[in-house]
Amino acid sequence: MSGNTDIADDAIRVAGVRHHYGAVAALQDVSLSLPRGSDTAIIGPDGVGKSTLLGLIAGARIIQQGQVETLGGDMANAVHRTQVASRIAFMPQGLGKNLYPTLSVAENIDFFASLYATSAAERRERRDLLLKATGLDPFPDRPAGKLSGGMRQKLSLCCALVHDPELLILDEPTTGIDPLSRRQFWQLIDSIRAARPTMTLVVATAYMEEAERFSRLVAMDAGRILASGSRDKVVAGSGASGVEGAFIRLLHPGVATSSVFSSLPARTAFDGPPAIVAEGLTRRFGDFTAVDNVSFRIERGEIFGFLGSNGCGKTTTMKMLTGLLPASLGRAELLGRPVDATDIETRRRVGYMSQSFSLYSELTVRGNLELHAKLYHLASDARDSRITETLKRFDLDTIKDAYPAGLPLGVRQRLQLAAACLHRPEVLILDEPTSGVDPEARDRFWSHLGELSRRDGVTIFISTHFMNEAERCDRVSFMHAGKVLAVGTPDELRKANGTKTLEGAFIACLEQGGGAPTAKDALDGTPAGLPTPPAHPGARSTGTWLSWVGAFAGREAREVLRDPIRLSFALLAPLLLMMTFARGISFDIESLPFSIYDRDRSAESQSLTVDLAGSRYFSERAQVLADVDVDRRLQSGDAALVIEIPPGFGRDLLRGHQPTISLWLDGANPSRANTARGYAEGVVQSFIDSLGRRETAPLAQARFNLEPRFFYNQDFRSVYAMTPGVIMFLLMMILAMMTALGVVREREMGSIINLAVSPASTGAFLVGKFLPYVAIGTVTLMLMIALAVFGLDLSIKGSFAALLFGGVLYVVTAATFGILVSSFVRSQVAAIFACALLTLMPALNFSGFLQPISNLSPAAQLIGLGFPSSWFQQISMGVFAKGLPFESFLDAFWALAIFPVIYLVVARLLLNKQEP
Amino acid sequence: MGRWAANIVHLGLKELASVWRDRGMMVFIIWAFTGAIYLVASGASTEMRNASVGFVDGDQSQLSNRIRDAVRPPDFAPPVSLDRAEIDHAMDSARFTFIIDVPPRFEQDLLAGRSPTLQVIVDATAMTQAGIGTGYFSQIVNGEIERFLELRGRQISAPIAFTIRAFFNPNLEDKRHMAVMEIVNNVCMLSIILVGAAVVREREHGTIEHLLVMPVRASEIVFAKIWANGLVVLVAVLLSLIFVAKGALGITINGSIAVYMMGAVVFIFAVMALGIMLATITPSMPQFALLAFPTVIVMEVLSGGMTPIESMPGYLQMIMSAVPSTHYVKFSLGVLFRDAPLSIVWHEIAWMAALGAIYLVIALGRFRAMLENASGA
Repeated sequence: MSGNTDIADDAIRVAGVRHHYGAVAALQDVSLSLPRGSDTAIIGPDGVGKSTLLGLIAGARIIQQGQVETLGGDMANAVHRTQVASRIAFMPQGLGKNLYPTLSVAENIDFFASLYATSAAERRERRDLLLKATGLDPFPDRPAGKLSGGMRQKLSLCCALVHDPELLILDEPTTGIDPLSRRQFWQLIDSIRAARPTMTLVVATAYMEEAERFSRLVAMDAGRILASGSRDKVVAGSGASGVEGAFIRLLHPGVATSSVFSSLPARTAFDGPPAIVAEGLTRRFGDFTAVDNVSFRIERGEIFGFLGSNGCGKTTTMKMLTGLLPASLGRAELLGRPVDATDIETRRRVGYMSQSFSLYSELTVRGNLELHAKLYHLASDARDSRITETLKRFDLDTIKDAYPAGLPLGVRQRLQLAAACLHRPEVLILDEPTSGVDPEARDRFWSHLGELSRRDGVTIFISTHFMNEAERCDRVSFMHAGKVLAVGTPDELRKANGTKTLEGAFIACLEQGGGAPTAKDALDGTPAGLPTPPAHPGARSTGTWLSWVGAFAGREAREVLRDPIRLSFALLAPLLLMMTFARGISFDIESLPFSIYDRDRSAESQSLTVDLAGSRYFSERAQVLADVDVDRRLQSGDAALVIEIPPGFGRDLLRGHQPTISLWLDGANPSRANTARGYAEGVVQSFIDSLGRRETAPLAQARFNLEPRFFYNQDFRSVYAMTPGVIMFLLMMILAMMTALGVVREREMGSIINLAVSPASTGAFLVGKFLPYVAIGTVTLMLMIALAVFGLDLSIKGSFAALLFGGVLYVVTAATFGILVSSFVRSQVAAIFACALLTLMPALNFSGFLQPISNLSPAAQLIGLGFPSSWFQQISMGVFAKGLPFESFLDAFWALAIFPVIYLVVARLLLNKQEP
Repeated sequence: MGRWAANIVHLGLKELASVWRDRGMMVFIIWAFTGAIYLVASGASTEMRNASVGFVDGDQSQLSNRIRDAVRPPDFAPPVSLDRAEIDHAMDSARFTFIIDVPPRFEQDLLAGRSPTLQVIVDATAMTQAGIGTGYFSQIVNGEIERFLELRGRQISAPIAFTIRAFFNPNLEDKRHMAVMEIVNNVCMLSIILVGAAVVREREHGTIEHLLVMPVRASEIVFAKIWANGLVVLVAVLLSLIFVAKGALGITINGSIAVYMMGAVVFIFAVMALGIMLATITPSMPQFALLAFPTVIVMEVLSGGMTPIESMPGYLQMIMSAVPSTHYVKFSLGVLFRDAPLSIVWHEIAWMAALGAIYLVIALGRFRAMLENASGA
């Protein structure tokens, strides 16, 4: 182990760290040290560099400048990073962002455990302990994607704790979580710390009241550390009484702390019908009832708060009110009119803000507002002034030309609110608008809401997880498991439940209202079954390369097996396409449309016409009667060939005067034209031969015979020549397409961070990513061979072993090609595109499928030989059509063995474990 | 109606901005309509060109030498001499597509009127070459024998002569056909993936949902996507036709580009409607990819651009007539090569428009339902 653990009693040491994203500075000269066994909260507004700092400490990001030492070693050193990774646990921001939604709770934990070398028995024991401690033990088989936000965070914590880390880093673990789950989460953390006092804990949080739990504080702003040290010292130093006050003082030194969250002025009642009415609203998804018989009325100008646990149906209710989702049962009214998805007029009077950012990241701040203004059809003269006014009102005018992707979450939420208010709606429906927004920004946000409600009389329907926000609502409704438990003013609710705080009232209400068992169990039962440090110290090793491959491959395989649509596509689509293509890709000319232009009308010419029409190659269309017709027939595509028999044909033929038949071909499709010509000449020749047998000289002068012998495909049927190639190109397409999304999808979803902070190597990750597809591809290959033999009547004339061996090599090659594509593109869309463009053209045109490679231009030949398909085409064709033995494919085997190695090496070089 | 159109314009301008911002995609689009077209048209050909020929000369006569000399580039590579014993091995290792086998005493037998047999061994797995090549050999050998006999004073002419004229493409050159078909292929691929994936992505990012809460109709979103992305593809097609096909590849185009562009507009509309329809029935990007990709392949392979549609089984022809690319291939060949006027090709345009309309109706019908599925998951 690098570093000397005796000397380094700091778990984390950061010195002079700077970090930039493009031109934006995220961290500016940050220095910090945190002792072992300490617990620290990092607080600060959005976008000040908290996550960047944590990412650097955990080794998830590349250090640009400065020094980061974690657990006694330099995090710029890859060897140390690998060694130390098994002693660090990192839980990234975002609700369960690093989890695999289709895997079950237990499988998620198992996967994380398998990245660290632990025995199966130990793993199971530990998993059970963790599940029990987090209260997840009743649902080990539920897919992670179906868990509520709070449960997801708990599962994420289980996954972080599964290898018993010395350093636990949590990035905003409770953002977007309801109060009850939040409480359970911190109790869980407390009990873990009690059981393992040597563990170092670093947490970034936007909730000031949560920061009160920690003994050390680090306050950050604009990429710098404002204060750092023990909580009491930091708070005392600022002269404020609590963390929240201290934080505001630190941010704005010299400004007297304004009372945070001043209450709103009283509401003046408006006349008229209620703005929103819900009566018995119910929504079911399959057999799951998301919203169950919900009723409420919201008056004009009222601020109505919706409070409830994650997944309790708040969002679904809001979507039903906006008309996005039809209700299964019940009635909803908006501004006195029933909600109707086609009612454009009502939509003009409503503003909506969804939970996640749903504006266009390709438009600037101003561009987004302009689009809104246009879509709401604000008069063009008023448009500019309204946008300018809105930009000012929501403090956006300094960043009006910025693109939203680069803005902190809080600012983006403000932009969304600005967009929702731009057209001066009468009703605002806001779904968790302040989730993940720092306290100061939230305060400003609420003063906007207050203004809108009190000054403009806008009705506001808002959902939130913050109690101090709920306090400001005129009325609040508690919701749980699809049901509204209570509605009233905050005071009424407190009184009714006999509690001092609204949070207390909420929890009391939940306990009475059916949410109780889980809530109570989790709260009371938590400290009981705590995970203890593993009995075997040797268990904490970094694992072996093969075990990592196994872990990644196992997970990928499970994910595919969980997705029956993808799996059946992978297995059935190739067979279906093969059937279709084997019959459809055909050069067998049959029933080619042709017309006779018979200017002779003799017995001979008519007999020739009968011969032509009777041939299976041709199908006769109406005869051409005049010269001008020839042109028109061909132009319309009505005939591909016009055969003109000259006047006096029969007479000349019999006299040996060599009459001339004209073949007028449609040259638009040259290969068809050529074939048509050959067939026509053939039919005419046999006509002469048969005539020669009947008549006397001078016709019968067959001087020699030209005998074509068709090798490998005696009947000259396309299906025999094409099927081996169809197998070649379908295998390539399907496999490359499946693996091409692999890496880039993990990047888009965020789960790739697990690789960055685990000891597992990138190479193992890449190999694990494609192995399951090799299995699928091998099955596909066998099914295709079986279909070729039993369905399409091909026979395996050559070495079956060669076909199988070469086939598996080719499957590996195709799968690794997809991995290569996936590691250099940046988005899933680009991956699909690149894959289609890069595989389709060489496989179809340059791999010996339609024409022999020797027939291509030199550049195209080079492309062909540089692409694996051409090599497998040799094998496939050689075995199916030519009856070749195993030894004849040695070159091809070598090529197919080398391609995947090259692809993997390049992919490995392109893919950096750490983020910039 | 005025608002409907105005919204389509505004949303479409936003689409253009997003295509413009996605530089990676721009690179792909440009490559698809320049380099890719050029490579395929100039590199891959179904014409007889440089075909490999083996020659077994069992006769060693003046005539056999003449025949051998007549097998010439550019159609054929210079023949390589072989022993009769080597034939099987040479064929197995794919060294030759054709082997000509002249039997012993061929010249002698011919002069004696004993009708000797000359064999052409063909690798029939090379479907595009085998048939044409055999025809070529028959002409070459016939011609040489005729001349040979003429020298010996035996004037014998074939009972029938042929004049052959290929309309619209006198040299039956293949480059043109390949280039135009590759443009069709890339229009298909680009249109389906560009629009379809954009819908899936917007659904994943929640932006479509956001639009539908505003006074915007699903049809406005769909039409905006089609016109904006369609415009991008259309411009790419036009430039590709003028600068790559006519310019770099030197292809002669007989027909009217204006008429062609008219059909292209309808075709792009139809394929994009298809792309959106596919996007509305798949819940995630990997599934969209797995559905869209085979669709693109089927359109590329079975629309009649690669192999003639008459060669396909009847039921397949029927199925393929429900796919717009089949009609577009017919339309393209008609307009660009045969200079067919609108009066001849209008029904292909009508077909494409009708198919596009059907896809569009299905897509619009599924549009809101697709959001339900996304949120229910």
